[in-house]
Amino acid sequence: MAQEFFIQGNEACAKGAIAAGCRFFAGYPITPSTEVAETLARELPKVGGSFVQMEDEIASAGAIIGGSWGGTKSMTATSGPGISLMQENIGYAFMSETPIVIVDVQRGSPSTAQPTMTSQSDMMQARWGSHGDYEPIALAPSSVQEFFDFTIKAFNLAEEFRVPVFVMADEIVGHMREKITVEDDIEIVPRKRPEKSDDYLPFENTENGTNPMPAFGDGFNIHVTGLTHDERGYPDTNNPETHQKLVQRICDKILNNKDKICSVKSQNCEDADMIIVSYGSPVRSVGEAVTKAREDGLKVGYIKIDTPWPFPDEQLLELASNAKDVLVVEMNLGQMYYEVDRVLGKGADVHLMGVIGGVMPTPDEIVEKIKEIGGN
Amino acid sequence: MRTEIRIGGFGGQGVILAGIILGKAASIFDQKEAVQTQSYGPEARGGASKCEVVISDTEIDYPKFQSPDILIAMSNEALIKYIVDLKDNGTLIVDPGTTDIEDVREFIDEHDIKVYEAPATKTATDEIGLKIVANIVMVGAITKITEVISKEAAMKAIEDSVPKGTEEKNIKAFEAGYALVE
Repeated sequence: MAQEFFIQGNEACAKGAIAAGCRFFAGYPITPSTEVAETLARELPKVGGSFVQMEDEIASAGAIIGGSWGGTKSMTATSGPGISLMQENIGYAFMSETPIVIVDVQRGSPSTAQPTMTSQSDMMQARWGSHGDYEPIALAPSSVQEFFDFTIKAFNLAEEFRVPVFVMADEIVGHMREKITVEDDIEIVPRKRPEKSDDYLPFENTENGTNPMPAFGDGFNIHVTGLTHDERGYPDTNNPETHQKLVQRICDKILNNKDKICSVKSQNCEDADMIIVSYGSPVRSVGEAVTKAREDGLKVGYIKIDTPWPFPDEQLLELASNAKDVLVVEMNLGQMYYEVDRVLGKGADVHLMGVIGGVMPTPDEIVEKIKEIGGN
Repeated sequence: MRTEIRIGGFGGQGVILAGIILGKAASIFDQKEAVQTQSYGPEARGGASKCEVVISDTEIDYPKFQSPDILIAMSNEALIKYIVDLKDNGTLIVDPGTTDIEDVREFIDEHDIKVYEAPATKTATDEIGLKIVANIVMVGAITKITEVISKEAAMKAIEDSVPKGTEEKNIKAFEAGYALVE
C-alpha cells in the first residue's frame, strides 16, 4: 500500500536515496543540506548501508567514487561552497564514467554568503564546474514530493548512463514540509555488470556509449584513471584519436539520449503571448502568478524545466514557438537565462527576472513583471 | 480556501512541532493540502522562533506566507513582532501567561482582530504537570478555535509526531487545550 509522510524536503531526499538503492553516503555537513546527511546517518545502517562523515568535500566526492566502484550506489549532499570543493573529483567521475549522485541544496552565494537563505546560483557550477568537455545531468525539484522522486530518478539516470547526476534543490524545497506519497512499485535501475570474456573492454567505444560496469573484487583486472585512456582503460595520453573518441563518447551518450533524459512540464502555453520559464522552487510562485495573470485576462503560460541539464532545447522550441515574450524567473542574476535566450531568442524577446537576496519571488512580484513587459 | 497560520514563541517551546502537527493533521489525516515552513536561523532555547503553516482545500503553489489569517503568540516578543502582519479581522490566539495583550491593544482595535486567550503554559503545568507540553495544549486550543483541522486528525497527528511513550500525556494536553475555550 502506498504510504504518506509529512516531511521536510531534505528528509524526502534521504528517503528517496534509500528507496533507489543507495547504500553509501559520504559527506561533510553544510547548511542547508545537513538534514540529508543527518537522516542518512540514522537510516542507512538500518538497511545495511554505510555513512561516513568525511574531513571535507573533495574527500567526500572521492569516497563516493570509490563506493560506486566498490559496486554500491553512492551519494553525497552539499551546498554551493561544498560543490566548489568537489569539482576536481566530479571531473574525475565524468572521465572515469562513475555513477554517483550529488545533491546540492543551494544557498545564497558566492563564497559562504547566506547559509540559511535560498538561491539557485550553482546552476552553471553543475554544468561547467569542473574543467573540460562533459555532459552532466541535473534535476531541479520544486516540491518535497519531487525532491523524493527526482533523487530516485537521479540514481536511475546515473546507473543508466554511468554519469554523475546532480539534484539541484534549494533551501526552500530542502527545508519546507509537505506530504509525499511513496508508492509500492518504484522503478529502480540496477547496476549493469559485464560478462567475463577474453576480449572484454571496460571502456569500449560502443554505439550507445554506456558500458556495463564491474566492481572492484569482481575479478576484472581493469584500470580506472582520469587520464585519457584507451578502451582497456590504460592511459594513452598523446594519441589525439584516443582522446577524441573517449570524450566524444562521454558527451554523446548523454546528448544522443536527450529524448530519454529531458523532462519539462507546461501549463497554458497553447495560446500564450508570454511564456514564463522557470525551474526549482520559484515555479511555485510562477504557477500562482500565471493563474492570477489569466484572471486579469493576460495570455500567459509557463514551462517548468525538470532537467536543466542537458538543456531541453527541443521541448522549449516546441512549447514556446508562438510566444512573443519569454520571461525567465530564477534565483540568481541570470544563469539558465542565457540557455533560454540561446534557444528561444531568435523568435521571441527573452527577459530575465533574476532574484537574489535569499527569498523567493512572490506571485505578485511576478505578475507585476509580466505587466511591465506586456506594457512595453 | 487558503488559510495561513503563524505560530511564534521562544526557542524550546515547541512551536515548530506545533506547526508540523497542524500540517500533518491537515494533509495526512484530513486529506487537505498543507505546507509548513520555518525561519531557519540560529534559534536556541530562549531565542525567538516561528513556524508557518499554509492549509488549503486545493493545491498550494506559493508555499510561503502572503497575509496571515491566524497568529498564535506564545511569547510577548512574537506577539509584538508579528501582529503587524495579521490581516484585518484576523484571529489572534495568545498565552496570557507569556504575553501582554495590552501591548498590542491599539492594533487589535484598529484592525478588528478576534482575540482568544488560551493559558497553555499554566494548563500544561497545573493539569498535566509538564510545562513542555504547552505547545500541545495550544494545538488543542487552535483546533477548537479555528476549526482549520478536525479534532480526530489533530489527535492522530500528535500520536504520530511525539516521542514514543509520551502519547498519552500529549493527548491529555491536547484535550485540556481543546477544553480551554468555549
